[in-house]
Amino acid sequence: MSSRLRELIRSVRQCKTAAQERNVVAKESAALREAFKKQDTAYQHRNVAKLMYIHMLGYPTHFGQMECLKLIAAPSFPEKRVGYLGLMILLDERQEVLMLVTNSLKNDLSSKNQYNVGLALAAFGNICSAEMARDLAPDVEKLLKSSNSYIRKKAALTTTRIVKKVPELVEQFMHPAAELLNDRHHGALLTGVTLMLEMCHLEPDAIKEYRNHIPQLCRIMRSLVVSGFSPEHDVGGINDPFLQVKILRLLRVLGKGNAEASDQMSDILAQAATNTEPTKNAGNSILYECVQTIMSIESTGGLRVLAVNILGRFLGNKDNNLRYVALNTLAKVVTVDAQAVQRHRTTIVDCVRDADVSIRRRALELVYSLVNEGNIKNLTKELLEYLAVSDAEFKPDLTSKICTLIQRYGPDKCWHIDNMLQVMAQAGQYVKEDVCNALIVLITNATDLQGYTVRAMFRAMKANGDSSCTSLLTVSAWCLGEYGDLLLPGRGGALQQGEEALSVSDSEIVDLLEANLSDSLAEVEVREYVLTALMKLSAKLPGQVERIKGIVGQYTGNLVLEMQQRACEYKKLFNYDQIRPQLLEQMPALNEKEYAANLGLEVTASDAKQAAEDSNLPNGAPPQPAQVDLLSDLLGDQPATVQARGGLEALLFDPSPASTQAPAAGAATGAAPQTSSAAVDLLDLLSDSTPSPAQPERPAVMQDPFLALDASPGPSATAAPGGAAFPSIVAVEKHGFKVSFSFSKPSATSPATDIVATYSNSTPNPITNFSLQAAVPKYMHLKLESASGTSLPPNGNGTVTQVIHVSNSMRDQGKPLAMRLKISANVGGSQVDDQCQVNNFPPGLS
Amino acid sequence: MVNKQGQTRLAKYFDDFLAVEERRVLEGEIVRKCLARSDKQCSFVEHRNYKVVYRRYASLFLLAGVDGDENELAVLEFIHCVVEILDKHFAHVCELDIMYNLDIVHYILDEMLMNGCVVDINHQNVLAPIKLLERVAKDS
Repeated sequence: MSSRLRELIRSVRQCKTAAQERNVVAKESAALREAFKKQDTAYQHRNVAKLMYIHMLGYPTHFGQMECLKLIAAPSFPEKRVGYLGLMILLDERQEVLMLVTNSLKNDLSSKNQYNVGLALAAFGNICSAEMARDLAPDVEKLLKSSNSYIRKKAALTTTRIVKKVPELVEQFMHPAAELLNDRHHGALLTGVTLMLEMCHLEPDAIKEYRNHIPQLCRIMRSLVVSGFSPEHDVGGINDPFLQVKILRLLRVLGKGNAEASDQMSDILAQAATNTEPTKNAGNSILYECVQTIMSIESTGGLRVLAVNILGRFLGNKDNNLRYVALNTLAKVVTVDAQAVQRHRTTIVDCVRDADVSIRRRALELVYSLVNEGNIKNLTKELLEYLAVSDAEFKPDLTSKICTLIQRYGPDKCWHIDNMLQVMAQAGQYVKEDVCNALIVLITNATDLQGYTVRAMFRAMKANGDSSCTSLLTVSAWCLGEYGDLLLPGRGGALQQGEEALSVSDSEIVDLLEANLSDSLAEVEVREYVLTALMKLSAKLPGQVERIKGIVGQYTGNLVLEMQQRACEYKKLFNYDQIRPQLLEQMPALNEKEYAANLGLEVTASDAKQAAEDSNLPNGAPPQPAQVDLLSDLLGDQPATVQARGGLEALLFDPSPASTQAPAAGAATGAAPQTSSAAVDLLDLLSDSTPSPAQPERPAVMQDPFLALDASPGPSATAAPGGAAFPSIVAVEKHGFKVSFSFSKPSATSPATDIVATYSNSTPNPITNFSLQAAVPKYMHLKLESASGTSLPPNGNGTVTQVIHVSNSMRDQGKPLAMRLKISANVGGSQVDDQCQVNNFPPGLS
Repeated sequence: MVNKQGQTRLAKYFDDFLAVEERRVLEGEIVRKCLARSDKQCSFVEHRNYKVVYRRYASLFLLAGVDGDENELAVLEFIHCVVEILDKHFAHVCELDIMYNLDIVHYILDEMLMNGCVVDINHQNVLAPIKLLERVAKDS
């Protein structure tokens, strides 16, 4: 025989460990299963009660669902009660059980006993599914008109569930719901208003319909506001606050965007806002709702002032709950009436430092929306102070918000740089890469502030003890690399107001960078930046060249591939002392607008890579999937691991190809096989904004400075135009057509090659729709001009030509030209598609 | 309803079905958040996409999860109403009353709340069916 519920609870309570508890529950569950199997009816309802308890503890109880059904079908009320309770609590989404219960529900809905009906309605309202809603909607509609208020109120709430599950039933219930407004019973009124609200949410037509009832609603509201004490519905001295709140909310929905409706309700709103007692929570809940309604409908200025004053009172209240709702509402109001909210700015800012996390979060949200050009300085100061003490969970969000605000409203560049520096110093690990990039663009443009900036950066980097402060370290490394020489005595220009003089020797700069370079805790990204910065400094601090050479040398064996590669490249650069200073010259100012436009493309490295891939396709022709396949086929043979680096890296290059800096940047950052191709692509991407992106004689990118150096000593090696001649080849001869290539190069050492492809037809039939597509490996760049025609006359009586520009960025590594062709044509009425590899390029041509 | 040790004493869900395991996790998270707060802090905590309104009565916490645009103060008032009615029924309600009379408390709540909406807050209206039920139980 099973024990009583109390005993079960007691034994569970006596358990000292979770394991013991599990044990007790498992035993009890087993006993319950046994009892259910035996059809032990005497203790059925007690057993279900136990199941509920077990369920509450968080153990599985699905086996008891059938038992609940049996109890529901029982004739006596107490058993039914337990059955329904069990059903509501234990049920999960097992539809078959729900199906079974429909019939019992239908029976109980038509029962003569009001409590049975109420029970069925409650259960139905809590658990019904769409199918059940359809089946039982007519019964519920009948009950909505019942003479019994107990049943009416429950039927109304059941209906809210029905219409939620089956929205097309809204129309059917629209009138019966409005009828409930005539009810005198508060419960029925309350549920009726709830139902109307729900319908308005589901069906915009209902809002129009219910606008006719606004006077009625106002009447009810007025009687609630002005009538004296009514013991029946008194809560904390207020007459049924729940009903008032619901009515106000319904008025809000009805009045939104409708001047006439808003006008009708403005009197009662004013009355409610002035007459409600604000000392108790119940009264405040009404005021709160009232304010929300006033603010969202088309109300008059006077009413709004009233509402904002109430909020101001809430905000000044000691009760945190009120402060919380005030902040919450102000956040909604700020879009409507920013001026009114600004008046409470100081209080709001105080709330940012509140001990309570809920209030803090609300206040912060609000502060962000309050910021404008006029108050940015003060508010940023407050936010920065808060950033220093805020919890870790707040910091990422807070940091990005501050950065956005500084970027949007920063009054001048000096202030902008100062504040960004503070943000980065305090929460450097949370500052996003694009924010750093934008800052660098800004610095390159602020010529007169560069001396100041680099001093500030030097101080910040020196004071920074946190290796995870990536953004600060990268940006300051970049600045030191670019403007490090301005730190030297007498070079940095005038001090800013209030700035302390800084005297730094060249070795101190290198010391600082070296310390960061060897910091094993720092991100690889930071160390890469530092390495490049050192390299840049080798041109600016002549006294430190040998030392920098030594440091760079240490990293030629670094385990991080990227570092190793850079170090190797840089080390090689030291062999060319004539051009090194030019290569490492200061970057020209970056175009802010262009940067902003490019930002979209550089969002992620993979995006940039994708875009670079696209730019490889022949110009003019739409990107064709077949070609991409070809490309990857070709790439399959190559061991190249392509690493595209977007973001700041791209900033290291020069975005404009006309500048003399371009080849230097290209060489300095990645001449070695793996990255160069991607880097070159990226450069191309940036240069796409200029009118002619792929002129063969363009000095940018493709030219190899080392090679140029070997050919003719001197920094400005201008190769002789003209170039060598190469024999023509027949690339393809198949299906009766012939493709022959003839070559020309602007110079013998140039990586660029122009190929003139000539197509001819030796068959007696004409060839039409001739098209040729070409693909090259990643390290090459290809541009197809359009062909002179698409049809080839028969018997070789004419040719079609097409120019192909190729440039091989790995020419000096000995990589030969390689190309794959895809040809499609209609030969004598039959379609021919062919692919082939061109591998007979003349020797010496690369 | 949760006691000070974070043990759930009564739980009711209206909106969506949650698996038993999820419920345990959810309750655990919310309770930890609320218990960590002091009396002086406000009664609202944001959790996932819900807002939790809670009120403490001696060793017992009553929590209600509501959606974003519910009137928090009204919910707070409702919690108080529930407690008043429980108090009236049990005459100085305490944690043990709720524990051992789980079913009765559920009945009372069912009379006050349905599908997440307030049905009635009038003491007599709410308690009438419960009284009736108890009379029947005594008789049998």
